[in-house]
Formats: sequence, C-alpha cells, structure tokens
Amino acid sequence: MTDAALMPPVETVDVEPVNKKGRRALHKKRSKIYPKRARGNFRKFKWILMIVTLTIYYVTPWLRWDRGVNAPDQAVLLDLPARRFYFFFIEIWPQEVFFITGLLILSAMGLFLTAATVGRAWCGYACPQTVWTDLFIAVERFWEGDRNSRMRLDGASWSFGKIARKVSKHVSWLLIAVATGGAWVFYFADAPGLAVDLVNFEAATPTYVWIGLLAAFTYTFGGHAREAVCTYMCPWPRIQAALADEDTLIVNFDATRGEPRGSHKANESWEGRGDCVDCNQCVAVCPMGIDIRDGLQLECISCALCIDACNEVMDKVGRPPNLISYGTLNMADQAARAETPRFKLFRGRTYLYSGMIVIVAAIMVYALASRPIVSTSVQHERSPLFTTMSDGSVRNAYTLKIANKRHENREFELSVVGLEGADVSRVGGEDGLPVFTVGPDTIDAFHVFVTVPRDRVVSARDLEFVVTDTGSGDVARTDSSFQGPVR
Amino acid sequence: MAEHDIDEVTGQRTTGHEWDGIRELNSPIPRWWIYTFYVTIAWGIAFMIAMPSIPLVNDYTKGVLGYSQREAVRQEIVDARAAQSVFRDRIEQASLEEIRDIPDLFDFAVAGGKSAFSVNCSQCHGAGGAGAPGFPNLNDDAWIWGGNPREIFDTIRVGIRSDHDDTRFNQMPAFLADELLTRAEVNDVVEYVLQISDQDHEQEAAARGQTVFREQCSSCHQESGKGIRELGGPNLTDAIWLYGGSRDEIRKTVANARNGVMPAWEGRLDEVTRKQLAVYVHALGGGE
Repeated sequence: MTDAALMPPVETVDVEPVNKKGRRALHKKRSKIYPKRARGNFRKFKWILMIVTLTIYYVTPWLRWDRGVNAPDQAVLLDLPARRFYFFFIEIWPQEVFFITGLLILSAMGLFLTAATVGRAWCGYACPQTVWTDLFIAVERFWEGDRNSRMRLDGASWSFGKIARKVSKHVSWLLIAVATGGAWVFYFADAPGLAVDLVNFEAATPTYVWIGLLAAFTYTFGGHAREAVCTYMCPWPRIQAALADEDTLIVNFDATRGEPRGSHKANESWEGRGDCVDCNQCVAVCPMGIDIRDGLQLECISCALCIDACNEVMDKVGRPPNLISYGTLNMADQAARAETPRFKLFRGRTYLYSGMIVIVAAIMVYALASRPIVSTSVQHERSPLFTTMSDGSVRNAYTLKIANKRHENREFELSVVGLEGADVSRVGGEDGLPVFTVGPDTIDAFHVFVTVPRDRVVSARDLEFVVTDTGSGDVARTDSSFQGPVR
Repeated sequence: MAEHDIDEVTGQRTTGHEWDGIRELNSPIPRWWIYTFYVTIAWGIAFMIAMPSIPLVNDYTKGVLGYSQREAVRQEIVDARAAQSVFRDRIEQASLEEIRDIPDLFDFAVAGGKSAFSVNCSQCHGAGGAGAPGFPNLNDDAWIWGGNPREIFDTIRVGIRSDHDDTRFNQMPAFLADELLTRAEVNDVVEYVLQISDQDHEQEAAARGQTVFREQCSSCHQESGKGIRELGGPNLTDAIWLYGGSRDEIRKTVANARNGVMPAWEGRLDEVTRKQLAVYVHALGGGE
C-alpha cells in the first residue's frame, strides 16, 4: 500500500460555472448558486474582516465624544435638522461640505491604490454587499446545511421540516435586515434616545420608513440577489479593468502546472498529467459561481475561496499547494519561465495614487486645522443701493451674517476698513452700537448701516468688514462695496 | 417581411434591416421591463379612477378620492392664517412701540409688513421703499408728515389727498400758472430756495426772493424754510427733494405746483396689516 492509498478520496462536485467559456445565451435565466463552505486561510481572513466591518458599522453610532454642554456627545453624527456633521473632533458646517469632496477623493484614490496593487480586495472582503451576502449565506448554512443538503432541501417536496427550516432562515434574514436598517438610522440621531423611542414606537414615521426600506434592500440584496448585484448592477467590475495591470494581484489558476486535468485515482502516477484533479471544488465554493480555471473574469471578486478549496484538495492528494494562487500576471509568466516570481509593489501607478492621497490628505488637514472659528458674510442692500439723508450724508444698508462655531455665546464688534470717517451702526440693539451677540453654534443675521458724511461722499468704493470677537480677538473679514450718488 | 435572418453568432433572429452590413438583433424585451410597463399601466388606470382626470364638456371626473388642488391650496391658506393668528392677535393688542420691543413680534411684523409692502406699496415707493421722483424714499430721515411709527401708521390709514374723510391734505399753489407771481418773482424765489438749501445761487436774485418767500411761502414752509409738518409743508433746507432739487425742478414746482396723491388704506387693508406696514417702514432705517 502506498501513501496515496491511505489518503481520503477527493469528492468531485457536479457543478456548472455560470459563465462557462464558449457560446452561451445572451438572455439566460439566472441559475441559483449554492456556495459550498470553504476552509482555509482566506476564509479565516474573510471571517475576521466580516467581524471587523460589521462591528464598525453597528458600534460606531454608540461611541460618545464630549463636546461640551451645547453640543451632541455622539462621536459620529449626521445632524440633518441642524445641518451639522460631527466626526469625533471634527465638526462640519454646510458651507464646509467641500471636506466631503476631499474625503470622496481620498476614498477614490484609496480604492484606486487598492485596486492597482491587491486587485479586487474591496470587492472580495470589504464591500457591504460581500459582507452581508457572506453573513446571509452563513445563516442559510446554519439552518439548511451546506451545499449538498441545501440542494437536496430545495429539490425535496414540501414537508414540515422543510417549511420549518425555510421559515427559520427567512426570519433570521429579516432580523438581520431590520438590525441593519436600524443601525443606519442611529447615525442620524442621538442613538440611545432614538433606541428608546424606537422600541416604544414613538420615533418619527420617516425613521420607521427608512428602517423598512433599508431592511428590504438588505434582505433582497443579501439574501436573494447576492452575486447578481455584483455582476449586473455594480459598475465597479467594469471600472476595475482600467485600474488593473499585469502587476496587480489576481486569483490565478496555474494552467502550466494544472493541465491536462482529469480525475485521479489513488496510486495512480502523476507523470504526464496536470495537478488539477478536476474535482470542481473551486467552482462549488465560488460565491459568484464561476470557474477560475477559465481565467480571470468580470465576475471574479478575488475573494480567494477557490484557493482555500483547491489547497485542501492538493493537501489530500499530496500535491504542493497553490495550484490556484494569489499572484500577478507577471508572476505567472515568471513562474512559467521557471524564474522566481516576484510581486512588484512599487511602480508608476502606486506612486501616483499614494502621492495624490498624501497631497489631498495634507490639504485637508491644513484646511481643517486653519479653518476659522468665526466666519462672516455681508450682503449689500440693493433696493435702494444708497440713501441720501437730510444732512447730505449717504448711507448704505447691509445684511451681516456672523457664524459662531463655538458652543458658547460670543460677542462680536464690527468695523469697516477702506472708508474714512464712516459711521457703522446696527438696526436695533442697544443704542445702535455695532456690537452683536451670537448664540452657541449658530448663524445670526443683522442689519447694519454704514454712513459717510456729506464732505466724504464717494460714488463707489470697495470696503472691508472686520468682525472681531471681543473675547478671544478672533477676526473674520469679508469684502463688500459702498455705493453713493454719481456726480 | 416574410423571412427573418438568423444571426450566426447568437442564433437570434434579426430585425431584417441592415445598416452598413450590421443587422440588429430582434432580442426580446427584458422581462423586468415588461413587468414594469404593466405596473405603470395599472398605476395609470388606478390613478385615473382615484384622482380628477377626464375633462368633460362642462365639468371633469372628480375621482373617488375627491382630491382638489384648489381646495388644498385654500386649506393651506386657512391653516397658515390660523398658524399666524397667535401673532396677529398679539399685534392687534399691542401698541406700535410695544411691538418694536418684543423681538418675535417685531420680526413677524417686519416680515408681514415687507410682504404687504411688496404687494401694495412697491408700485410707487419701489421694492425696498427707495421711492422715485414724486414718490418719497422711505429709507431716509426726511418726513413731510412725520416719521414716528404712529405718524407713519396714520399716513397709511388716511392717505394723502385721498378720498378719506381725515386725509392728510395741503395744497401747493401753482404760482405762475395761476398768475400769483410774475415770472421774475418766481425766478427770484427759486434762487432763494437754492440759497437756503446750500446750493449755487445768484446772490441778488436770492435777496429779492427772500421777500417773496416771506410773503407767499412761509405760511407752509416757515420763514426759515424748514417746513411745517402739521401742514405737510416740506423742509426746503435739507438735501432731500421729493421732486428734485435742481434749479429747473424747483422752478417747475413753484410755477406749476405739485400735488402727489397717496391712497388711504383703511378699508383696503386690515389694521394688523397696516400696523405691520408701519413697523416695517419705520424699520427701514429712516424712522424717527
């Protein structure tokens, strides 16, 4: 008896990849995919990332961050009614949404960098669609068993057992879906308070509508649509092709080593044949339902579960692992030429993307650090442009807006630069003095007059409004103009 | 077309048309599209039944829901009025001075006054109360009939030379047209008015004009030319001119007289609205 005879037989799976090479119908009805459970390093990594990403998603709204008495203490909060976005120590006002642009550029560049180096790692591990689909498949496996028993169950006639399993599965799915939608609304309101309102059915109707909508989408996309979302709805697979090159990591089947494939019996020699035993395990575990041996395809999300499946088989038949492996096209060529395959991380693309990330991040950090804690804007009254007073002086009216970004009352003083002898006064307030009190975290509008005496009247002049915080001495400036009669 | 070509690659029928050697596949419409189309038809029929839809000769079908856009607007106006009534009641009770001292009431009055001004007053006084020749600028600090809130409110109520019984009334005579003064005397008095309003003038003519002014004009404009507000006699010594302060304009005024008219708003606008208008106009910055 040889060692091979002691080895357990490899199970060959009867499975058809969704996009088999060759001619296929353009309008094909979707065939249901029953992904088999994989075991291995990539599967472990995927479990870990699922836990990490889901934890971030569900826990974030519950983190607290003390901002003082007049501000919410939720670390991440999108306060739509008050039009504020809180992110730990950062507080973004509506006029500062350009930070979101910066954040989007950073995200895009990050995605480009990831795509150029490690391929579709985002798709395979971190994309919400992948994470929740994975979770939903795990739940399905819990109630209905792995691939074979699921197929058997679907083929079986309706019985109490089948109904019980199906109902349990869908109820579990729906609970996860509702929890998903439920967690999302906590980003938009004070989480503990909203949670109490939600269970007492006292929250606003839109809250429940949003939970319902997101739950419906999670249930449909994660439970039913699954890989169809990636293949047919998501634009990313198409964009991906433009970002990848021959040095990008992809999941690759080593055809030179694997072919010619064929079933292999214990004790049989490996001479004159490939290492691929054609067991179809790589197809069975694929959540996208493809056959990686047909080469890189649009559907492949690089989750590498086929590597896990194949390595398990290689271990069983006593062949070296990584017949299917994570590598680049260049590495595959090098291997074919019997050179040592080398992963080339540093190249034009990676320098460009990293450089842009550094530059944009630096700009954002600078903008964030140097943004004013008080800002102001002035609108010149246009009807009338100016008013001649009975003593011959000329007066212009302005609407002055002062934004106080501190969480306390502040007092500001207004003066103008560029117009000698001008008198500044406000409508209302004590004695019309140009002193303004702005409440915490608010923008207030005031009407102010600038008057120049008869002997200094000009037809038009630029001038600058200077708002000074009497407490801290912070200064905000804004330009405007002064209009007078043309003579 | 009797026969259909079959596309070699896909085995699909083609439409039979050919463009530069390219034939379009006669692919079936996707099922989801067809279902969506059916749903839109069902929705359309249901909408026709539920909502007003089909125009008839004299009327239209009302729909089972009985929705009417006019009625909805009417209801919104009623609701808005009801929501405002808290403020409107308080404005009715409060005096003009009190309104000015209560911030939320003041804001409501200014906002309401502004919208009433746009509808009723801006035609003559301009969108921001800037006025025009013949129509006073309400932003400045010259007031022929008084510029405190009470006086503004009264002016709005009774108008000027209007058909109201208590209307503010005074008449400037047409000194030349009615042959009250000679052309020379008119010229002299114009020079005098230029002098007291601190403008270029002829010294001798102005001196002669002073006598004429004392005899003919001081009963309304005072001997100093500063005007008599009770009579609506404008101040002639300041920089503000309702009909223009140039030599020619002043001469036209003295020779042919000016008699502007402002309608009375009592009976056209309710008291709350008139109060709002007075507060708004006073807040334009020229009020006393």
